[in-house]
Amino acid sequence: MNPHNKSIEELKDIASQVRRDIVRMVHAVNSGHPGGSLGCTDYFVSLYFKIMNYSTDFKMNGEGEDLFFLSNGHISPVWYSTLARAGFFDIKELATFRKLNSRLQGHPATEEGLEGIRIASGSLGQGLSVAVGAAQVKKLNKDNNLVYVLMGDGEVEEGQVWEAAMYAAHHKVDNIIATIDLNGQQIDGSTEEVMDLGDLRKKFEAFGWTVLETSGNNFETLIPGLEQAKAETGKGKPVMLLMHTEMGYGVDFMMGSHKWHGVAPNDEQLEIALQQLMVKHASDY
Amino acid sequence: MKDFPFTEKKDTRSGFGAGLLELGRTNPNVVGLCADLTGSLKMDAFQKEFPERFFQVGIAEANMMGLAAGMTIGGKIPFTGTFANFSTGRVYDQIRQSIAYSGKNVKICASHAGLTLGEDGATHQILEDLGMMRMLPHMTVINPCDYNQTKAATIAIADHEGPVYLRFGRPVIPNFTPADQKFEIGKALILNEGTDVSIFATGHLVWKAILAGHILAEKGINAEIINIHTIKPLDAEAILKSVAKTGCAVTAEEHNRFGGLGDAVAQVLISNTPVPQEYVAVNDTFGESGTPDQLMEKYGLTENDIVAAVERAISRKK
Repeated sequence: MNPHNKSIEELKDIASQVRRDIVRMVHAVNSGHPGGSLGCTDYFVSLYFKIMNYSTDFKMNGEGEDLFFLSNGHISPVWYSTLARAGFFDIKELATFRKLNSRLQGHPATEEGLEGIRIASGSLGQGLSVAVGAAQVKKLNKDNNLVYVLMGDGEVEEGQVWEAAMYAAHHKVDNIIATIDLNGQQIDGSTEEVMDLGDLRKKFEAFGWTVLETSGNNFETLIPGLEQAKAETGKGKPVMLLMHTEMGYGVDFMMGSHKWHGVAPNDEQLEIALQQLMVKHASDY
Repeated sequence: MKDFPFTEKKDTRSGFGAGLLELGRTNPNVVGLCADLTGSLKMDAFQKEFPERFFQVGIAEANMMGLAAGMTIGGKIPFTGTFANFSTGRVYDQIRQSIAYSGKNVKICASHAGLTLGEDGATHQILEDLGMMRMLPHMTVINPCDYNQTKAATIAIADHEGPVYLRFGRPVIPNFTPADQKFEIGKALILNEGTDVSIFATGHLVWKAILAGHILAEKGINAEIINIHTIKPLDAEAILKSVAKTGCAVTAEEHNRFGGLGDAVAQVLISNTPVPQEYVAVNDTFGESGTPDQLMEKYGLTENDIVAAVERAISRKK
């Protein structure tokens, strides 16, 4: 059971709240990664408020619940906001993001004991391996819950991703749903310019995965896309959901450009962003 | 000088294989992962008896470290197996982020460490692994000296919560430690009590230190020989107690002189009781092809090198 199980209308409200948290968090410390965070907001909100079976009473071993791993750890703002809004820790703690003595490190970590996080990530390409290992243990433990993992599209330039992809198919790890955030951008430019990823659908199909595609910035297609991915589990193959998003989604001047990968808005830009993201909730931290 | 009788020579990697098999029978949470070196790591008995708990990873060590980190979530105790080179340098970042920084209960089991790998040459003879692993916060670093101790260490680390680097090797060497000796992580073992010099040795160099002890005894030098099987956490108390008695130290390891046991001991000494210390270690160079004995001689890791180092250390005493 999802502890919230919200309607699509409610998901939209939560997503705009999370997006406001994101721009505030990165603005407050003048650092962090708003672009990918805004682009993946609807995915995080879908998982934590609709799709995943979990408890906010966090337990590291995750037995009896779905697990989520973030491999592209730099989009930590969206994860932290979603976790706080879902009830893992106090929303006020978002104000400590990237500050000294905070549990909300620049990239996600377990060292400070932040609820909801099971592995450190940031150095790219490692999360799929971790998720596949966790999924195999679920099978060993006869735990029928699923393992979700998100990667960036630029991230699949790391070779370890393909080691893990080959392994997951060989070992028939069919209780995992991996998602790649296809926003087409990375730090130095578009993925097409920097390192053309080619046809990821064909590549993952050739590696033995079931591959699905969905829009990642539209709940009307994202929720059915995730439900379809769930329906494809348990069939002997790992499941890949290629998710088309727009970097910076929701803030017009951040959209569609790699320039907002790792840059924070200034005071004026923050105000414009917040207006576009409908400031109205009393619960804003 | 005490005698250390042994009935047979065995490889330390077989001690690991035997320990892992026993763990398979006694601890249902232990799982094994191997990167296409199941026979070399002596993991085949575990694989055969517990196929559902053994994971063949293929030649993909980075993936193996990530998988192992993930397998701890849900309560398993993963033991990864490959050569020491591929267990450390090749996957340092994976170990650093997904295992050490994440505090995961992974046992990184590394065979064919050091020069005694032999003919395969320097590409495979890692001499920097102890240093790399020692620098990682949360990591425990163990380098046992013979078959029995490697088996005991393998069993002991399953009960230790947290990441461990367990280093062992390929050559057959005297199996002289008691089969029933309990392995205590972080507890140095005094093999021979002495008054003139403290020899701190680890791994394959422990037996060389014993041979050196006999040569030194004939020269009238009474050496204290201590087996430092755990390099991190280091048994500083045992080290300081010994040098308080002997007044000088020799460290012996199958590793580069930078970053290994010698440096670990030196840190303890310089912060507490500075005494003359001499290193028996590889002098900041790569290895090469050759038989293990030829290599140990060429790179200065024999009992005679230990004797010479002892004489230098004693001569430096005030």
